[in-house]
Amino acid sequence: MLNRRHFIGTGIVAGTLLTAPSVWGQAKPKVVVIGGGAGGATAARYLAKDSGGAIEVTLVEANPIYTTCFFSNLYLGGFRDFESLQHNYDKLAGGGVTVINDTATGVDAAARTVTLAAGQVLPYDRLVLSPGIDFRDGSVPGWSLEQHAEIMPHAYKAGPQTQLLKKMVEEMPEGSVFAMIAPPNPYRCPPGPYERISMVAHVLKQKNPTAKILVADPKDKFSKQALFEEGWQKHYPGMVEWIGSEFGGGNVEVRPEAMEVVIDGEVTKVACCNVIPGQMAGKIAAIAGVTDDKGWAPVDPFSMKSKADPNIWVLGDASAQGDMPKSGFSANSQAKVAAMMIRGELTGSKTFPARYSNTCWSLLDTDDGVKIGASYEPTEEKIASVESFVSQTGEDAALRKATYEESLGWYAGITADMFG
Amino acid sequence: MNCRLALVALCLVLGPVPGTAEQIGDAEQGATIFASQCKACHQIGEGAKNRVGPQLNRIFGRRAGSVPEFNYSKSMERMGSDGLTWTLTTLDAYIANPKALVSGTRMNYRGLPDPAERAALLAFLREWSDRPQDIPESEPTALKTDPDLSPEILAIKGDPDYGEYLASECQTCHQADGSDQGIPSITGWPAEDFVVAMHAYKQKLRPHPVMQMMAGRLNEEEIAALAAYFATLE
Ligand SMILES: Cc1cc2nc3c(=O)[nH]c(=O)nc-3n(C[C@H](O)[C@H](O)[C@H](O)COP(=O)(O)OP(=O)(O)OC[C@H]3O[C@@H](n4cnc5c(N)ncnc54)[C@H](O)[C@@H]3O)c2cc1C
Repeated sequence: MLNRRHFIGTGIVAGTLLTAPSVWGQAKPKVVVIGGGAGGATAARYLAKDSGGAIEVTLVEANPIYTTCFFSNLYLGGFRDFESLQHNYDKLAGGGVTVINDTATGVDAAARTVTLAAGQVLPYDRLVLSPGIDFRDGSVPGWSLEQHAEIMPHAYKAGPQTQLLKKMVEEMPEGSVFAMIAPPNPYRCPPGPYERISMVAHVLKQKNPTAKILVADPKDKFSKQALFEEGWQKHYPGMVEWIGSEFGGGNVEVRPEAMEVVIDGEVTKVACCNVIPGQMAGKIAAIAGVTDDKGWAPVDPFSMKSKADPNIWVLGDASAQGDMPKSGFSANSQAKVAAMMIRGELTGSKTFPARYSNTCWSLLDTDDGVKIGASYEPTEEKIASVESFVSQTGEDAALRKATYEESLGWYAGITADMFG
Repeated sequence: MNCRLALVALCLVLGPVPGTAEQIGDAEQGATIFASQCKACHQIGEGAKNRVGPQLNRIFGRRAGSVPEFNYSKSMERMGSDGLTWTLTTLDAYIANPKALVSGTRMNYRGLPDPAERAALLAFLREWSDRPQDIPESEPTALKTDPDLSPEILAIKGDPDYGEYLASECQTCHQADGSDQGIPSITGWPAEDFVVAMHAYKQKLRPHPVMQMMAGRLNEEEIAALAAYFATLE
C-alpha cells in the first residue's frame, strides 16, 4: 500500500543542508515572497499558516490592492462589477504574514537578500518568486507598452487597463470593428483571449449588433476551440472572424495613431484594438538570474524549486514547468507544493510527493459556462499531464448553467484560499 | 458500521453485464419493503403524485432531480445537472446510503444496508418503470457483479499530515468556511461518508468530471489520509 508514497523529503533536505536555513543559530528561518498574486499570496498564506509561526514570512507586493485577471473578462461582459475583482492583504497580514507594499528591484543570490525600490534590504533563507508576466518588447510590430497601451490596451494585467478596454468597447461607433491581436504561446490563461472575445461579443450584441470582431492569431489552434466556435456560432452568429496563422493571422502590424490593423497585408480601420503581446516571466525573475533564454524560469517538477538556484522557488506564470497552463488555478496548486517543500527544508516537517491540478472555466454567454481541466504529476523531465477532461459541444443548458455557477464557487474558493 | 456496508454496496456495482436478463430481486418482498420504508413519503403506481418525496413511476432512466414541480434540494438538482441518472447501479447506491451519493439530499432516510433487500425493492420499483427487461442489453435489467472489496481497504489508517497536504488541493474550490455557492461544502462532512463518496467518484458512479478526476488518482491510502485529516477538524 505504501508504494506510491515514498517520502522524498529526506533526500531533498540532505541536498540543501549546504545552505544552512539560518545564519543566526537562534533566529527563525526567513522566507521572502515576491508577488502577492495567485502563486505568491497562496504560498505566503500556507507557509505562515502551516508552520504555525516557525517561519518568518514576508510578502513583497507592488500594489496595495490585487485585481484578479480571472473573471476580469466577466467584468468586460457586464457579469461582474470591478470591485468584485479586488482584494486587499489585510487578512494575510492578520494571519502572520508581514506584507510590504513596494516593488522588489534587486536580488543578491549570493548574499541572499532582496532590495526594494524604497531601499530596504530583506535577508532570506528561501525566496519565492511569483511575479506573473511581463510583455516582450517588439512582439507586435507597431505597438509598445510605454507609448500605446492607452490607445490599444492589453488588459492582460487586470486593473485600469481592463477598465479602459471596457470603456472603449462600450463607446464603439455603430457597426465598427473590434480587433484582438492574440498572443503566441506560451502565455497566461490559454482560453483567456477567447473568453474575452465571447464577452465583448455579448456586450456588442446588446449595444451594437452590427459591429464586427476580428481576431488575428499567430497560432493555428487554441484552447477549447470547438467549444468557443460553437458558442460564437450559437450566440453571436456572423459577428466573430478568427484569422489563424495559416491565413496570415501571425503576420500583423498595428498603427495605433491611425487606429488601423494590418493583417497579412490587408488594412482594417478599427474602433477598438486589444493587443495582447508575447510574454515572459515577470522581470524580477531575470534580475534574480533564474530565467532561461526563452525568458521563463525552469523549475524542478518535484518541488517548484528553481533549477538555477537551490534557495529560490518560482511559481505560477513565471515558471517553466511542463504541461500545466499558466493559470491562477495552476499557480495556487504549485504554491501549495512549494510551501510544503520549503517548510520541509526549513523546519524538517514531513514532505509528500507533489501533485498538481488545474481547471479553467470560461463563460460563452449568459449561463453558458464550459470548463477544461487536468491533473498532473512530476516526472524527471517536466510536470506531466496525467488525466484530463473538457466540456463537450452540444451539452444541455442545465449543465452549462451548473458549470457557470460552479465557476462562481471556484472564484470565491480560490480567492479565499489566496487571501484568507 | 453503516459505512462498511455502504462501501460494499458501492463496490459491487461494476457495470452492466450484457446479455443477461435475470431477475433483479424478489419484487413481492420489495412491495412489502416499500410499504414499510418508503410509502410514508413516496407514491408509486397508477395516479401517483408528488408528496413529501417525488412520485416514483418511471424512475429508471430518469435524470435525478427532474420530476416536474417537485422542489428538490440544491444537491439533488446539482447531481441531476451534472448527469446523475437513475439506473440499477445508481439507485442501489442511493438507497444504500442516500447522503453518501447525494450529500445534501432532503430524503431523510438512513439507508437500506442489506443488498438482498435493496435488490427486492429495486425489483419492485422496476415494475413501475418502462419494462425493457426482456431486451437483454437494456441497462436497468442488467445485474450487478459480485462484491469485490478487500477488507484491508476499510482497515487502512490514514496519515493526517498527508491528509492535510492532500486537502489543500480541495480547498482551491471548496471553501474552508463551509459556504456552498456553486460548489458544495465539504466542511464538517462525516469521515465515513467522505470515504464512500470518494470511492463513488473514483468508480465514476457519482457524476462530475472534476471530482472523478480528482478522486480517480487518490489511492485507498490517500482517501484514508484525507478522511483522517477531516476527522481532526471541528
Ligand atoms: C483575461 C484573463 C483571464 C484569466 N482567467 C483565468 C481563469 O479563469 N482561471 C485561472 O485560473 N486563471 C485565469 N487567468 C490567469 C491568471 O490570472 C494568472 O495565471 C495568475 O494570476 C498567475 O499567478 P501568478 O502568481 O503567477 O501572477 P499574478 O497573479 O499576476 O501575480 C503577480 C504579482 O506580483 C506582483 N509583482 C510582480 N513583480 C513584482 C516586483 N518586482 N515586486 C513586487 N511585486 C511584484 C504583481 O503586482 C502581481 O500582483 C486569467 C488571466 C487573464 C489575463
